[in-house]
Amino acid sequence: MSRRFTPKVVTANRLREGDVVYLTADDQWSLFHHEAELIDDEAHAQIRLLFASSQKLAVVGPYLADAKQGQNGPEPVHFREAFRTRGPSNYDHGKQADFPADLGV
Amino acid sequence: MITANKPISLQIWGFEMYSYSDFDDSFVRARVAQFTQQVERRLDGSLTEEEFRPLRLMNGLYLQLHAYMLRVAIPYGTISPHQMRQLAYIADTYDKGYGHFTTRQNIQFNWPKLPDVPAILSALADVEMHAIQTSGNCVRNVTADHFAGAAADEIEDPRPYAELLRQWSTDHPEFQFLPRKFKIAITGSPNDRAVTRAHDIGLRMVKNAAGESGFEVMVGGGLGRTPMIAHTVRDFLPVADLLPYVEAVLSVYNTLGRRDNKYKARIKITVHETGKEEISRMIEERFAELRPLFGGHDQELLEDIRAAFAPPAFRNAPVDAYDAFYKADPVFRSWADTNLAAHRNDQYAIVTISVKAHGQTPGDASSDQMRLMADLAERYGHGDLRISHEQNVILPHVHKSDLPAVHAALAQVGLATANVGLISDIIACPGMDYCALATARSIPIATQIAERFKALDLEHEVGPLKIKISGCINACGHHHVGHIGILGLDRAGVENYQITLGGDGSETAAIGDKTGPGFAYDEIVPAVERIVRAYLTVRAAPQESFLETFRRLGMDPFKAALYDTESAQDAA
Ligand code: HEM
Ligand code: SF4
Repeated sequence: MSRRFTPKVVTANRLREGDVVYLTADDQWSLFHHEAELIDDEAHAQIRLLFASSQKLAVVGPYLADAKQGQNGPEPVHFREAFRTRGPSNYDHGKQADFPADLGV
Repeated sequence: MITANKPISLQIWGFEMYSYSDFDDSFVRARVAQFTQQVERRLDGSLTEEEFRPLRLMNGLYLQLHAYMLRVAIPYGTISPHQMRQLAYIADTYDKGYGHFTTRQNIQFNWPKLPDVPAILSALADVEMHAIQTSGNCVRNVTADHFAGAAADEIEDPRPYAELLRQWSTDHPEFQFLPRKFKIAITGSPNDRAVTRAHDIGLRMVKNAAGESGFEVMVGGGLGRTPMIAHTVRDFLPVADLLPYVEAVLSVYNTLGRRDNKYKARIKITVHETGKEEISRMIEERFAELRPLFGGHDQELLEDIRAAFAPPAFRNAPVDAYDAFYKADPVFRSWADTNLAAHRNDQYAIVTISVKAHGQTPGDASSDQMRLMADLAERYGHGDLRISHEQNVILPHVHKSDLPAVHAALAQVGLATANVGLISDIIACPGMDYCALATARSIPIATQIAERFKALDLEHEVGPLKIKISGCINACGHHHVGHIGILGLDRAGVENYQITLGGDGSETAAIGDKTGPGFAYDEIVPAVERIVRAYLTVRAAPQESFLETFRRLGMDPFKAALYDTESAQDAA
């Protein structure tokens, strides 16, 4: 692991639906943060981001977001990313409504 | 467009909002067809996102945090029952059964899917609506007083002037590449309900000593990163001089405005850097050159437009039923006291439908609510509906004898909350629940404040108080002009809320002052409560509003209430 690199996940929105998705280690796009590949090397992060950017028919706007290892896999660090894993707080819409079991809500 | 030397027959756009010309219809249809192909080409990979993004933004389609968002224009906030029903249909068919009315007199759909957007645009075109944002650095949609054509204090309906400006500015060759976007707001009343002083140009109708109508012209207002109140550059502009004068303002801005720095490009910075006297002088000089070039076509066109905005055929009928019901029913009375405004015809009232039920997201209306409002407008409201920048819906013309029926129908669908102008009638931008630019949430702050004051049963005692909340520095929630403004920020990875006091979006406009350090997410509602309790303690009389008390006493009592308690708590 490189020095003082905050681990990352690659995240984006799906082109057709706009859903928030995460890049997994086997090159899939998952709806769930805990299935993302947790990247703890800066050079590897850049390679994965380049790969994501080449997936022009799958996703829009990929970027690296800070993450940390949690019990069930990677967890977000920043509150913005935490909101993105669930959906808005004013309605039961988005993933928290569609996949409550997977999100543990 | 109408330029000085082109006949009006060369106008590109026709009469969009009140009756589409064939040309408008085919223009919008052509745009829908074009965007349909662009979406197809994006989905099959022939367009990259870099190529597609500007195209979708031109059609009002944004990518937010959890989904796409489609923004639909409602020019001057005026919408027909037929159009409202179509919005309900779109909400049901392509979204999650609701829409969000915004401070820009638009409606936003929060969950459209990209492949469905062409069908949505086509459904909008069927009712002469579109999502074409006059985006880019040009003159944007002109906004107007939502009580236009109805208010008792109104000198003249401002919408014909708004429409004249829209036609003149659309595709005007000189003003397609301004230094930055340009927004004009207009009101026909001395009481400013259109926040004209926070726009690039604000126009407020006034009368001169001879009793003629004209405009007070204000230039250089704006919110966002650098909030500024517009300066008056002309106290009285005869209405016939409107186009050449506005053209003079734009022309001076086009020459002086900064193109080197996006954050300094708005006219507010130009006015600030050039000085009010100098810019007024330059505008007047340019106006003197331009005035003779306007040969009167604009005035002929204005006459045509005016005819299309003719007032409805008001009914002449007794209002005794209203008076009796008002005396008899306290719930109705409370609603009537807060949600009605004086109409120019004293048998009529203007109804503000509160889309701010306590605990509900400000400005969100379900498809059922939209259909009911459409029905009421048709049955009791001369077929007219408005969207206000305060995120409520207006029935501008209701005969007083129909008000009990209107109230009863609204109550059936949760739209009869008696809180217009009170502490729970909050403007809130989408914030971090939807917006990709947000630094903090705003909606849950609004709903919690509303619920808190409902639980305390204090809001009628507190009286007029405007709270406005933005989820980032862009200030879409107008927080700078809230009596209490709340700005959500990200402080070291935690939501933090900065409070401003004393802001005012009316004819006595002011930018609010910061109270001091911000408050955490779970501290902001108690902080607002402390401000309000301090006001109740120090106000001179129950009739003295929050804003008046703030203006009399300044920040001190509120600061003490906010921060002394804090340190007391910390010490405990
Ligand atoms: C959610 C998507 C939105 C995005 C990405 C967005 C973005 C922006 C940005 C970047 C600005 C600053 C522009 C500038 O000053 O140059 C702005 C200004 C503004 N927005 Fe939004 N906005 C959004 C939603 C809304 C909504 C929902 C409303 C109404 C409730 C709104 C009302 C406004 C207003 C009134 C201004 C002008 C403030 C000023 O005078 O500078 N926006 N917006
Ligand atoms: S103020 Fe900021 S957070 Fe709110 S809608 Fe505008 S850009 Fe988004």
